[in-house]
Amino acid sequence: MRKKVIFKGVALPYLLLMPQLLVTAVFFFWPAGQAIYGSFLREDAFGLSREFVGFENFQDVLSDPNYLSAVWNTVVFSSSVAVIALGAALFLAVQADKAIRGADAYKTMLIWPYAVAPAVAAVLWLFMFHPQIGLFGKLINGMGIRWDYKVNGDQAMLLVILAAAWKQVSYNFIFFLAGLQSIPRSVLEAAAIDGARPVRRFWTVIFPLLAPTSFFLLVVNIVYAFFDTFGIIHALTQGGPGKATETLIYKVYVDGVQNLNFGASAAQSVVLMAIVIALTAIQFRFIERKVHY
Amino acid sequence: MFRRTMMAGAVALGLAAAPAMAQQQPVEIQFWHGLTQPLGGMLEGFANEFNQSQNRFRVVASFRGSYPETMVAAIAAFRAGQAPHVVQMFEVGTGTMMAAGRAIKPLHELLAENNVQIDFNDYLPAVRGYYSLADGRMMSMPFNSSTAVVFYNKDAFRRANLNPDSFPETWEGLEQAARALRAGGSTCPMTTAWPTWVQVEQFSAIHNVPLASQGNGFGGLNAELRINNPAMVRHLDNLVRWQREGLFRYGGRDGAADALFPSGECAIIFASSGLRARIQREAQFQWGVAMLPYYQGTTPINSIIGGASFWTMNRGPNASRSADEFRGVAEFFRFLAQPEIVRRWHVDTGFLPVRQSVFQAVEQSGFYNQNPGADIPIRQLLRGGGQMTENSMGIRLGGFVEIRTIIQEEMERAFQGQQTAEQALNNAVQRGNVVLRNFERQNRGS
Repeated sequence: MRKKVIFKGVALPYLLLMPQLLVTAVFFFWPAGQAIYGSFLREDAFGLSREFVGFENFQDVLSDPNYLSAVWNTVVFSSSVAVIALGAALFLAVQADKAIRGADAYKTMLIWPYAVAPAVAAVLWLFMFHPQIGLFGKLINGMGIRWDYKVNGDQAMLLVILAAAWKQVSYNFIFFLAGLQSIPRSVLEAAAIDGARPVRRFWTVIFPLLAPTSFFLLVVNIVYAFFDTFGIIHALTQGGPGKATETLIYKVYVDGVQNLNFGASAAQSVVLMAIVIALTAIQFRFIERKVHY
Repeated sequence: MFRRTMMAGAVALGLAAAPAMAQQQPVEIQFWHGLTQPLGGMLEGFANEFNQSQNRFRVVASFRGSYPETMVAAIAAFRAGQAPHVVQMFEVGTGTMMAAGRAIKPLHELLAENNVQIDFNDYLPAVRGYYSLADGRMMSMPFNSSTAVVFYNKDAFRRANLNPDSFPETWEGLEQAARALRAGGSTCPMTTAWPTWVQVEQFSAIHNVPLASQGNGFGGLNAELRINNPAMVRHLDNLVRWQREGLFRYGGRDGAADALFPSGECAIIFASSGLRARIQREAQFQWGVAMLPYYQGTTPINSIIGGASFWTMNRGPNASRSADEFRGVAEFFRFLAQPEIVRRWHVDTGFLPVRQSVFQAVEQSGFYNQNPGADIPIRQLLRGGGQMTENSMGIRLGGFVEIRTIIQEEMERAFQGQQTAEQALNNAVQRGNVVLRNFERQNRGS
């Protein structure tokens, strides 16, 4: 039987909830409300004249071919980042989980990149892959491949995906490792006694048991790729060349902050908010059912 | 945006407490600028000199990030009722500021109200024209102006058996020189900084072709882009072809390509005259300066300016300034307009001498003989006898920051081979016009 804590009166529970509610209201509901309000307005940069335009901003945004290309970029970018970051982290976690010498040192080093700020991570990659001053950039050019992510959109996309994924591997690694360590040894030993080889043990025992962790990480990674990669893109490519690496979140910044087009930027924020709410709802409703805790 | 407003609000609260103890204190003039070191420090030095020259006003200069960041910060501060008195605005923001209505205090009004006289007839026509209304009234205070020129590596020219003392005047001649440089082993004969500013805006002015209708926007907010003209298409087509043939390298947006020249990587760069100081400091080879090339069969005229000017701002949509504050700004401008200040800024930084009398004085002092090429930018600005056409006065388009980015993006797509030069320019015109129409609509009322 579950034990229930019952408060006398309503004052105390509300008081205890207050800090959290305040934070949510001030940092989430208020800005979100402002964005929705702003998305129906069109105003000059200085805020001297404003005009209520109904859904015109949304119409403009959704019929803009550049917006649609930003949607496509975001799909490519986010799915690639999630797949690479999850795949690499899982591989590394499985290796680090084995009884090897110096496992702790490996683990520590694998966790390090998480402490690196996105902009710093981007600069690290810039110094590695800059076509003229980067170590690998020069190497690739030396091998006869024309590497210049400032002109080649596909290379630029590849670079921001790698940089963003690299940064997220550590986070995934920690969770996968914890997940692996919580799998009961007896289950694995039983499988081994039954004659299952390591690869088979991984796919039939370990991977399914890791599903809750993987599912959680998938959500986190997609949200990360959507929202937290602004710094990396800004420092590496600024959305270019052309608009090859302009994702939805970067476009919100370009239109709102650089171009001072607040209505369009607000409308995009609202669309982005709707996309993320929908994505999360879908993930929890359909994918979570298939996950066995 | 939101966080910025909150921060501005917090600053406002802090400031509100200040006046009580500010009796007898000099009037503070907030001055935001966008120059990194060492230029920013020199500018702040001028503010300090002004503060020491009198005790009624105190100019507080502060660095607010790059030009675009400074612009965005000032506009956000205005919306929050905390705009600086003076903001340094790059030339691209001029159209936006001109249309800003009561957000700004026009320079001619400010000076007249405070009985400050500055002889703007002494200013370079290209500078004066960029910052004035069609009737000649000045809207902002010119200060650091530059233009685009060519820097070239004389050692690389020698290696390619080219005459290091004569730089080709035409693009046709330059193409041959670039081929010779490539044959001589250069992996990057030519590159360009500020792709839009140099290869589109300057190109249009020099070749006397319109960038936009309505006299490049001077005639009204209903201007439309005109950059898909045959001359421009031909030039971008050439750049794309040269890029494919290895004669030209696209070095990135804005000033990203600057680094390619002092390092010796690229033999020729089209860049801001302000790059001079850095080349002087970093280049390990002999280098020269030349005017921007033109196509055979055209008579080149003056190039246009870049750089920034100082705008006087009102405090906010619902906040006003005292007469004393404006008085302080006017006095500060009077101080900055002094020939001695203009001369020092020019000689120390490589920016243009914005006053003609200063140019003549510096010339007579023999400075240009000791620093060959330092006079090229200004001679190029005066090319055509100072008789500017409506294509070479400058550019006055609202939302031009965005339009520049659009042109760069379309150029990049052409350089990637995703579209032809003509398609790129057509797309740029189409997308740019959307920005212009939005700007027109937003600013009709104010």
